[in-house]
Amino acid sequence: MQVTKTTTLGETVALNEPLAPASSQQHGKVQVSHGTGRRWPLSRWLTLLTFAVLLALPVLLAVLDNSFLLTLVSRCMIYGIAAISLNLILGYGGMLSLGHAAFFGIGAYVVGITAQNFMYGTALMEWPFELAASNDAIVVWPVAILLSALAALLIGAISLRTSGVYFLMLTLAFAQMIYFIFVSLDQYGGDDGMNLMSRNTLLGLDLDNDLTFYYVCFGCLLLIYLLVQRLIAARFGMVLRGCKQNEQRMQAMGFPTYRYRLMAFALAGAGAGLAGALIGNQMEYVSPNLLHWKMSGELMVMVLLGGLGTLLGPLWGAFAFLLVEDVLSGITEHWMLFFGPFLILVVLFAKGGIYGYLIRKEQP
Amino acid sequence: MSTTDTPWALEARGLVKRYGQLVATDHADICVAKGELHALIGPNGAGKTTLIKQLSGEIFSDQGQIRFHGADITRMPIHQRAHRGLVRSYQITSIFEEMSVIDNVALAVQALQGHSFRFWRPAASDARLREPAFRCLERVRLAHRASVLAGNLAHGEKRQLEIAMTLAAEPSMLLLDEPMAGMSPEESGQMVELLQALKGEHSILLVEHDMDAVFSLSDRLTVLVYGKPLVTGTAAEIRNDQRVREAYLGEEAA
Repeated sequence: MQVTKTTTLGETVALNEPLAPASSQQHGKVQVSHGTGRRWPLSRWLTLLTFAVLLALPVLLAVLDNSFLLTLVSRCMIYGIAAISLNLILGYGGMLSLGHAAFFGIGAYVVGITAQNFMYGTALMEWPFELAASNDAIVVWPVAILLSALAALLIGAISLRTSGVYFLMLTLAFAQMIYFIFVSLDQYGGDDGMNLMSRNTLLGLDLDNDLTFYYVCFGCLLLIYLLVQRLIAARFGMVLRGCKQNEQRMQAMGFPTYRYRLMAFALAGAGAGLAGALIGNQMEYVSPNLLHWKMSGELMVMVLLGGLGTLLGPLWGAFAFLLVEDVLSGITEHWMLFFGPFLILVVLFAKGGIYGYLIRKEQP
Repeated sequence: MSTTDTPWALEARGLVKRYGQLVATDHADICVAKGELHALIGPNGAGKTTLIKQLSGEIFSDQGQIRFHGADITRMPIHQRAHRGLVRSYQITSIFEEMSVIDNVALAVQALQGHSFRFWRPAASDARLREPAFRCLERVRLAHRASVLAGNLAHGEKRQLEIAMTLAAEPSMLLLDEPMAGMSPEESGQMVELLQALKGEHSILLVEHDMDAVFSLSDRLTVLVYGKPLVTGTAAEIRNDQRVREAYLGEEAA
């Protein structure tokens, strides 16, 4: 009896199919949907493997006494967070944004500006009320996330009135405007950026310890990954994917698509804000380069390199990009000369990116 | 006029749509009674799709008024009209090819159930979406293809899915734009059967080129020529109308 009940649910049709009388005559035609079968799909294995390796890596590096790699992997994870957030709008939402670095940079500058004021004991602002600077991540990072999301909300509200190339141009233009605003902030280093005296503290944790900082980055990455995973599978994610495939139809069905796309854009900005706050801490240095359009381009390359519209792809892309960059730039100053062909090869032969290529068979 | 005492599901008066010098819709009146299947026919380029777009709210009319169950919806955007129960299907198949068949319909169901700012619960295991979606697929006889990728369906099946998605919105009125376009005779036979079943439950405005289907299904027809309704009447009246013969049927009757 339970069988007939479950056949009314699309996903379970495939599972109980041999038992279900309604679909028995169509036996060969019903695809087994991934994620519900007894065997785990490759994507789940790879996800588990990726996070297990990241979790265990510091132990291995401690044995090898390699602290440089620990810093590099922290950096990869941070860029991974930024790329995952960009993929939310680029891969799932189909929004071609070339302004993502703005939100990344705003997050970093929130850390930089509060750190400098904290160091000198000066107020962040004196009017309309005096606001003292904090050095605790529990205060600074949420502010970074919030301000980045707010900036994304404003930029998105205008840019999302257009689409395609025009959207790309508008996001680029807004991001460059913000870039020049920060370049003009002479009290915060202007063109040169500014050094941080130390990293934030996190509820008594000392983030100046590279190992502690590594696991904080890991925690943030895991959190963002899980949030995006839930969000994509939830009703909101369905609407977002629908807007990418056929926005006109979504409107005809009764979805006010603009609001959903704007929400996704703001959420992506928030994710980039967190990544920015982390990178400011990691480098202990903040400069306008973080907001430059080249950074937006690099984030976009990471997403494409790993796998557009996949959950894990952007993270892999960030690792591939930064590790290859690190190795090549150690060999030659003109590393871009070799990185370019590498990108072209991936795009030509691994359609859907490195990760996307591996799981291509189970993708819808 | 209150919303209850009008006999019309849809009442459009004096609609005009201009594209530069071209008058695509020229003071068109079209009224569809509640529960009626009303066909809109006319030669190619008569402006049928433009009129459908005006009625569905994809484009706004330059002049004229549209009432839906008595309420003025002339300036109402498309998604609000959909929520009121006025839903269109598309001439060119407009489905989500990268999603499964059931996901396509579930998305249409989702549109009905308030806002979708829900970020946590997976939609794929949500019975409130899946069960109504599956019932819609059963109505169009596509339930056995529920978990297939929509892009992999045959042409006729895509048209069936299109109708299922329209039905999922629980519309009181359907605007069907050439549901049989490009179908094999066998497929259109099934579609006629399906429309026959939907007739009476929903008010329908049907744009279709298949004259056999149109004449067998419709209660009344309107013939549109150069964006202007030439004549409205029953199938028999239209068949015997001299003006229609000249303007449109003449070529086929000869």
